[in-house]
Amino acid sequence: MKLVKIDFTDIDRGEVLRYACSKETDEINKLLDECIEEMEGNLNSDVVYEDFYMEEKDSEINFSFTKTHSESLAKSFSGCGVGVVFAATIGLGIDRLIEKYNKVSPSKALMFQALGTERIENLCDNFQKYISSQYAGIGLIPVGRFSPGYGDLDLNLQKVILPYLEAEKRIGITLNDSLLMTPSKSVTAFIGLKDIFRTFEVEEQCGHDCHSCSSEDCLYRK
Amino acid sequence: MTAIHAVRRTVFTENNMDLREFLKNNILISDGGMGSLLQKSGLPLGVLPERWNLEKPEVIREIHKAYFDAGSNMVSTNTFGANPLKFSDDELKDIIFAAVKIAQDAKKESISDKEKFVALDIGPLGHMLKPYGDLDFEDAVNAFKKIVSLGQEAGADAVIIETMNDAYETKAAVVAAKEACKLPLIVSNAYSEDGKLLSGTTPRAMVALLEGLGVDALGCNCSLGPEKLKNVVEELLEYSSIPVIFQPNAGLPKIIGNVTFYDVDEDEYVACMADEIRKGVRIAGGCCGTTPSYIKKLSDAVSGLKPVPVKKKEITIVSSYIDAVVFDKEPVLIGERINPTGKKKFKQALIDKDIPYILNEGIRQTEKGVHILDVNVGLPDIDEKEMLVNVVKELQAVTSLPLQLDTADPDAMEAAMRIYNGKPLINSVNGKEEVMDSIFPLVKKYGGAVIALTLDENGIPETSEGRFRIAEKILSKAAEYGIDRKDIIFDTLTMTVATNPEAGNITVSALKKIRDELNCHTSLGVSNISFGMPNRDEINAEFYLNALNSGLSAAIMNPYSYQMMKTYYSFRALKGFNGGEEEYKNFLDTNEETVNNVAVEERTDFASGLQKAIIKGLKEEASSITSKMLDTTDGMEIVEKEIIPSLNIVGQDYEEKRAYLPQLLMSAEAASACFEVIKYRSQNGRNRDRGSVILATVKGDIHDIGKNIVKLLLENYGFNVIDLGKDVDPEIILETAKKENVKLVGLSALMTTTVVSMEKTIKLLKEEYGKCKVVVGGAVLTKSYAEKIGADHYSKDAMETVRYAESLNLK
Repeated sequence: MKLVKIDFTDIDRGEVLRYACSKETDEINKLLDECIEEMEGNLNSDVVYEDFYMEEKDSEINFSFTKTHSESLAKSFSGCGVGVVFAATIGLGIDRLIEKYNKVSPSKALMFQALGTERIENLCDNFQKYISSQYAGIGLIPVGRFSPGYGDLDLNLQKVILPYLEAEKRIGITLNDSLLMTPSKSVTAFIGLKDIFRTFEVEEQCGHDCHSCSSEDCLYRK
Repeated sequence: MTAIHAVRRTVFTENNMDLREFLKNNILISDGGMGSLLQKSGLPLGVLPERWNLEKPEVIREIHKAYFDAGSNMVSTNTFGANPLKFSDDELKDIIFAAVKIAQDAKKESISDKEKFVALDIGPLGHMLKPYGDLDFEDAVNAFKKIVSLGQEAGADAVIIETMNDAYETKAAVVAAKEACKLPLIVSNAYSEDGKLLSGTTPRAMVALLEGLGVDALGCNCSLGPEKLKNVVEELLEYSSIPVIFQPNAGLPKIIGNVTFYDVDEDEYVACMADEIRKGVRIAGGCCGTTPSYIKKLSDAVSGLKPVPVKKKEITIVSSYIDAVVFDKEPVLIGERINPTGKKKFKQALIDKDIPYILNEGIRQTEKGVHILDVNVGLPDIDEKEMLVNVVKELQAVTSLPLQLDTADPDAMEAAMRIYNGKPLINSVNGKEEVMDSIFPLVKKYGGAVIALTLDENGIPETSEGRFRIAEKILSKAAEYGIDRKDIIFDTLTMTVATNPEAGNITVSALKKIRDELNCHTSLGVSNISFGMPNRDEINAEFYLNALNSGLSAAIMNPYSYQMMKTYYSFRALKGFNGGEEEYKNFLDTNEETVNNVAVEERTDFASGLQKAIIKGLKEEASSITSKMLDTTDGMEIVEKEIIPSLNIVGQDYEEKRAYLPQLLMSAEAASACFEVIKYRSQNGRNRDRGSVILATVKGDIHDIGKNIVKLLLENYGFNVIDLGKDVDPEIILETAKKENVKLVGLSALMTTTVVSMEKTIKLLKEEYGKCKVVVGGAVLTKSYAEKIGADHYSKDAMETVRYAESLNLK
């Protein structure tokens, strides 16, 4: 089990506003500035991860630590023999801010919700870049990120991934009976790694592969 | 029968010495990692290690025995994950009984001639507590109690609660252990690289919490290697008056092929541990990656060492779930505004159960820079216990300051102390026997520092000498209950100078005497001094300064008072406290700013000004304009002619995509602020009732932003919203609908996994009640899905829910 702290890059205000169903106005910019200032110092950037081997036949996927069935993952990771499974969180601080304003200022709660989403996505993107740099030397390249619940990938995998990575002990992610994670801004995902010397058509991808996902009305779809 | 008999015999014949007794004069060597050794012995991934107590007891016994043979005085049973949330009651019992028996057998079989103990090991439950997770505090306490009772029955010599990374869950476990058994109790937390728990708690805040709860040893384990946890351990040693335990990992894990290695070897590990033992650690062992050979070397290395005596620290400290406030030379500010006394608005808020109003008082005072918040919600006609517990729970989510629990009702006090996430300040006891006998036992059980008023059955003594004598009496009574003097803070009672010109002098000389001769900290409610006098702020501030110069430690005061805050900041600057000068300047600067704001407001044209303020979402401006308008205009008229039209403009803009969701909300919040003013100023404002709507986030779902947005807008449009919160049982929704005769229920769900509970709730409402419509919303829902699960209406956003509610006759 490997534990890393990943650096955030700058906040993408456009993304935050998109998650908050909003566009720029003076008042909204002011609200966002206030929230960004208050958020400072309240974020973690913890990731715990592990390598895996995978074999796939007729969408039956055999990871070195568990098995599952998923056509969409099989398609997305086609040709990958190895990969990385990870859990990431920006910590409980953002949940505290959301909870703080939930009752007294829903507009701020909404903004923190959006900021949290943008930050955890930023963390995952930067972690993927980190993996990319770590594995480039041995000729492996990431081909996308896939979380339980995307496409037809079973959300129940959370119950396997989190204990496997000791995510509760190491970075404080717990799971409730409805498979919701706390802290709420946490992500588990697989990153497929492809052998760059054996395939020529691969292009490195970052973040979500929205085109391969079937949720067409997803708020986060790009 | 024979098996149980054997266990029982073990209990009564093998227990030579109490672990607490042993700790008095010895360094206790505990064991090392269990999980990593089990994996080496072939424990397959996905198999719960606790099951091996039943399936492969010999493997577990060998590990325990190896640790005892290596020199451990104590091993922890293989029960880290054994809890009622993971195992059925029957299996849990079998696992814990087997685990304790295996460890006791190993103890007997070991060749070591050292003193040996078996500790029942308890880890986290794997669920986060409310409000961030779904586990109720009392449910957690009950789960832990089950484990402890079984462990005690099975014959454990001690209990060790370990690897806890959340302060609140730690408290639940400790309360359970103390209630379920009398065994020695060791508590160890897992700190991250930033030196705090994952819940954000500092080591000294944990010391305050755990010492308060009366554990026998506290400390840290797991997460990192010994070097990286040094700072944490040393902070624990600095503050703790009880033995400290230290069980770090053998560094960080590295996986090469299929084998896990740890990067701190035995020699480096032992060198660092021995160092910490020399600094005062009294229980030393290891966690992940450490093996019997680490423990052997550690045991050999410290065998000649003399234990450092555990010294009592005279530190007066209270804590929240984040950090602690220490009473020392720097003055402590206790915000007094959460209190209905003399506040019409606050009283009304309590009667209306208007929690946001109370929370806002907490947030505003926090922003003003107080260190502790006093919480008093007592009013003759309300259920104070329920209210206090509720307010404390909610405040813990909006402020990270420690709370001062302020109630005269011992029942309410106990309930609030129990669920409080930290070591609270208690307001108050006094010299009356009856009061001390009801409050001190609570302090002993839950921990806390207590404000002690120097009055008794005979009233308030007229002399400082008289008040001093009561202070002595209170101290000796506290000692009888085992409460240390460091946890008593005396209030020598401020009386108004309007009736007795000597009042101020008596109060101050009593506090000086208590401070000098009894060595205790003091606190005063400053503002009483000016009762019945003109220009109160000036007098209060003068008196406050006088008391500060005589050594006052803390003041219960109004942080919105410019004079008081100026006195506080100038005192700190003059005394040269760290950052004092900077903060003083800062205070003066920011205060000028508020003066300017008022000037701007005065220039605003009232009638159209309100509309502008609402549409722009300027909360404060909107409420101040409303307040001025009320002097000349009827409340209902303002609602109909100003507020509703403004809301309609924004609502329409939103529907036509000219305004965005945050704008809609900011306007709604501004309008809410106006309604608030009108509600408190004129009875008229209450007559907008367009019928009741129940809102709830369904069972299993803990996200409620969407629901709160709908609530805000519905209330703006005159509907009475009964907000049942998040993670709500279908039965509770049904009961409330029946009881309140509600015609519309709004349900929210975020996940596909929780839409199931939504469907269940709708079915129950339709079958058992039938008199209401159900509107649903949430991230994963669609119109067709809503129809499929039997909802009457699907709303894509909050405005649509308002429109739907308007289309029904809900009265």
